[in-house]
Amino acid sequence: MHIERDVFYIILASLALMVAIPWAAGMLSEDIFFEWPFFFEVAIGGLLAGVMYSLVALGFVLIFKASGVFNFAQGAMVLFSALTLVGLQEKGLPIWLAILATLAIMALLAYLIERLVLRPLVNQEHIILFMATIGITYFLDGFGQTLWGSEVKILDIGFSNQPGFYFGGKILINDFDLIAALIAGVLVVSLALFFQYTRIGRALRAVADDNQAALSVGIPLKHIWVIVWTVAGVVALVAGIMWGSKLGVQFSLALIALKALPVLILGGFTSVPGAIVGGLIIGAGEKLAEVFIAPLIGGGIEDWFAYMLALAFLVFRPQGLFGEKIIERV
Amino acid sequence: MNIRKLKFGIGVATLGAATLLGATASFAADTQFIGSLVYRTGPYAPGGIPWADGFSDYFRLLNERDGGINGVMLELEECDTAYNTDKGVECYERLKNKGSTGMPAVSPLSTGITYALLDRVVADKIPLITSGYGRADAADGRVFPYAFVLPSTYWGGADIAIHHIADLEGGYGSLKGKKIALVYHDSAYGKEPIKTLETLGAQHGFELSLFPVPHPGLEQKATWLKIGRQLRPDYVLMWGWGVMNATAIKEAAAVGFPRDKMIGVWWSGNEPDVITAGQAALGYKALQMNRVGADFPLHKDIVKVLYDNGKGTASTPKDVGSAIYNRGIQSAIYLAEALRTAMNEFGNKPVTGEQVQWALDRFSLTEERIAEIGVTGLFAPVELSCIDHQGQGQAMVTQWDGKQWKPITELIAPNMEMLRPMYEESAAQYAKEKGITPRTCG
Repeated sequence: MHIERDVFYIILASLALMVAIPWAAGMLSEDIFFEWPFFFEVAIGGLLAGVMYSLVALGFVLIFKASGVFNFAQGAMVLFSALTLVGLQEKGLPIWLAILATLAIMALLAYLIERLVLRPLVNQEHIILFMATIGITYFLDGFGQTLWGSEVKILDIGFSNQPGFYFGGKILINDFDLIAALIAGVLVVSLALFFQYTRIGRALRAVADDNQAALSVGIPLKHIWVIVWTVAGVVALVAGIMWGSKLGVQFSLALIALKALPVLILGGFTSVPGAIVGGLIIGAGEKLAEVFIAPLIGGGIEDWFAYMLALAFLVFRPQGLFGEKIIERV
Repeated sequence: MNIRKLKFGIGVATLGAATLLGATASFAADTQFIGSLVYRTGPYAPGGIPWADGFSDYFRLLNERDGGINGVMLELEECDTAYNTDKGVECYERLKNKGSTGMPAVSPLSTGITYALLDRVVADKIPLITSGYGRADAADGRVFPYAFVLPSTYWGGADIAIHHIADLEGGYGSLKGKKIALVYHDSAYGKEPIKTLETLGAQHGFELSLFPVPHPGLEQKATWLKIGRQLRPDYVLMWGWGVMNATAIKEAAAVGFPRDKMIGVWWSGNEPDVITAGQAALGYKALQMNRVGADFPLHKDIVKVLYDNGKGTASTPKDVGSAIYNRGIQSAIYLAEALRTAMNEFGNKPVTGEQVQWALDRFSLTEERIAEIGVTGLFAPVELSCIDHQGQGQAMVTQWDGKQWKPITELIAPNMEMLRPMYEESAAQYAKEKGITPRTCG
C-alpha cells in the first residue's frame, strides 16, 4: 500500500496531538487525572473500540467502491443478519449451521436487492440510489423485527468479558475487546487479499474504477453488484456477531452505523485501509477526548467529538485520508 | 392503464376505504376507550414491550373475567411512539378524541413525551399519569392539576438510593467524604435526579460526580475507564434505559467495578438488561416500585383466563411477572381504579378525562382494595389529593442473583420533609415561567 507523503504527515501530527493534548490537559488542570499507564490504557481501549467501528465501516466501503452508492442500509444489515442468526439458533439450529444459513440468506437478500431495487435504477443519479437504500433500511429494520421479534436476544460466543491486566499489571485491557479486534483484523486482511489477488476482486476494482469501461470489457455489472452486496452482508454478519455478543441482539445494533460514519469521513469512502486507519484514529481520539478533555467542558462529548475530529481531517484532505482525489475537468 | 395497475389501484382504494370504515365503526358508544402510547419498535422496544403487554393484559382480563369495569366494556388502542417525542405527540393527538368520550388519561412511558404533553393535557383536560417517570415537581397538584406522578418520582428514587447507601455504611453520618457517581442517560429523564443528589450531597458531605451517556449508550468504554480506573467511587447510581443498562453493567465488569456497589433506578432494573449482561450482572442492584414475580392471584387469572385461551397480549406467558410487565400492570391498575371511581361518581358509562381527573384528585388505593384485586404485596397503597399528586413514594432495593430480582430491603419511603419543599419550589418556578395561577386546594 502506497501512502502519500501528506497523509503520512497528517497521521503523524494527529498521533502527536493525541499524546500532547491529554498530557497538557493533565498538567494544566487539576480536574484531569493524567498518568502514563492510564493514558495508554485509554488509548489502547480506544484503538480496540476503533477496530469494531472499522468492522461496520468496511461494509459501507465495499458497496461504495463497487457502485458509488452510499449504502444507508449497512446498519440495518448488521441488525438483520444478527437477528436472523440468533433467530435460527432459537429454532434449534447449531451455531455453525445457523451461520451458514444466515450467510445464504444474506446472499439471497443481496440478489433481491440487485433484482428489485438496483437494476430498475441503473443509470439513475447516485442520490436516487442513496434514497433507495434508505428505503431498504426501513424495510429491513421492520421486517427483521416482524420476523424475529423486538426483544433482546442473547448471543453468547463464549468470549470472556473480564478485565485482563498487562505490562506488569499496570494496564487494563478487556479480553473481549482484544479477541474482537483480532477477528476484525483477520477479516480485513482476508478482504484485502480477496480484492488484490482473486479474479472477482479484480473485477470489483475494475467496476469501482469505471463501471462503463468494465462493462465494455465484459465484466457483468449485475453479478458484481450481487457479489459485492453479498460480501457486505458477510461483513455485516461478522459485525453483528461481535457487536451482538457485546450488546445483545436488539434494534440498537442498527444504530452502530452512526459510529461508522465519522470513520468513513476520515478514512475515505473508497478505501479498505482507510476504514481501518480511520477507525483507529476515531476510536482512540474520541476516548482520549472523553477522558482528558470532557471533564473540562461537562462530559458526554464522545459521540459528537468523533464527527468533529473527522471534519477537522477534511480541512486537510477533503477526500478523506485514503479516499480517491476527485478531479473533474470542466 | 393496464389491468395490473387497475387491480392495484382498486386494491389500494378498497384497503383505504376499509381502514376508514374500521376507524369510525370500531368504537361503540357504550365502551370505554383507552389510548395507550407504547413502544414495541425502536431501540427501547425490549423495555417497552413487556410494559405494554402488562398494561394491555390487565384491561383484557377485566373485559374477559369481569365484563369490563362496572359493566362498561373497555377498548384499548395502542399507538407506537418508538420512544420518540414527536411520534409520541402525534400518537396523543391521534388518540385523544377517539371513543365516545375521548381518551380518559394518557401514560406515555417516556419523560421526553411527558414534557411535551404537559401543556396539551391541561388544554384537553386529559390526565397525564406518569408512574415512576416524568416530571417530579408535578407532584404539586396545585400547579399541575392534570399530571399525576404516583407512586414515586425520580427525586424520590434518588433519595431512596442514598438512604440505602447510608444504611450500608452505618448511617448518614458515614457518607461524609464518600464518592458517589451518577451514570445517566443524557436526556430529560436521566437528568431528573441530579438536583436531589446535589442537595443530598451538600447535606451529608458526599462528593457527587456526573457521567452523562449520550443516546442510545452503545459505547461507554471511556466513561467506565474514568469511573473504574480514575475516580474509583464508592458507589455508582445509574439512570439508564434500553441498551445503555446492559452495556454499563458489562463495562463495569470490564474495568472491575463491583456490581453490588451499583444501584440502578427502576428503569435500569429490568430482566432484558441483566440477562443480556450475563454473568457480569450478578450482584447488581436496582430499585423497584413493585415486586417482581407471578405468584399473585391476579397473575394466575391472567394466565388462566387469557393465555390458556390464546387471548394474552404477548405471544407466550413467559414475561408475565417480569419487572417491567408488573410495572405495566401497576399502571393499568391505577388507571382502572381511577375509571372505576369516576364511574361510581358520574354513572356507569364511559367517562371523560375531566371526570377521571376528578377521580385521581381523590384517588385511594387501600390495602383492602389491593387484596381484592389480587396483588397484595405487589406495590404499596396510594393516597392522592388535590395538592399531592405523588402519594407516599416508596420503593425497595432488589439484587439480581442470576435468576431473579431478590428484594434486599423492605419498601423505603423517601424523605418527604426534604422533597416536598423542593417539589413546591420547582413547581412555583414552573408556574412563574408559564404564567400559571396555581389552583387552590381546600
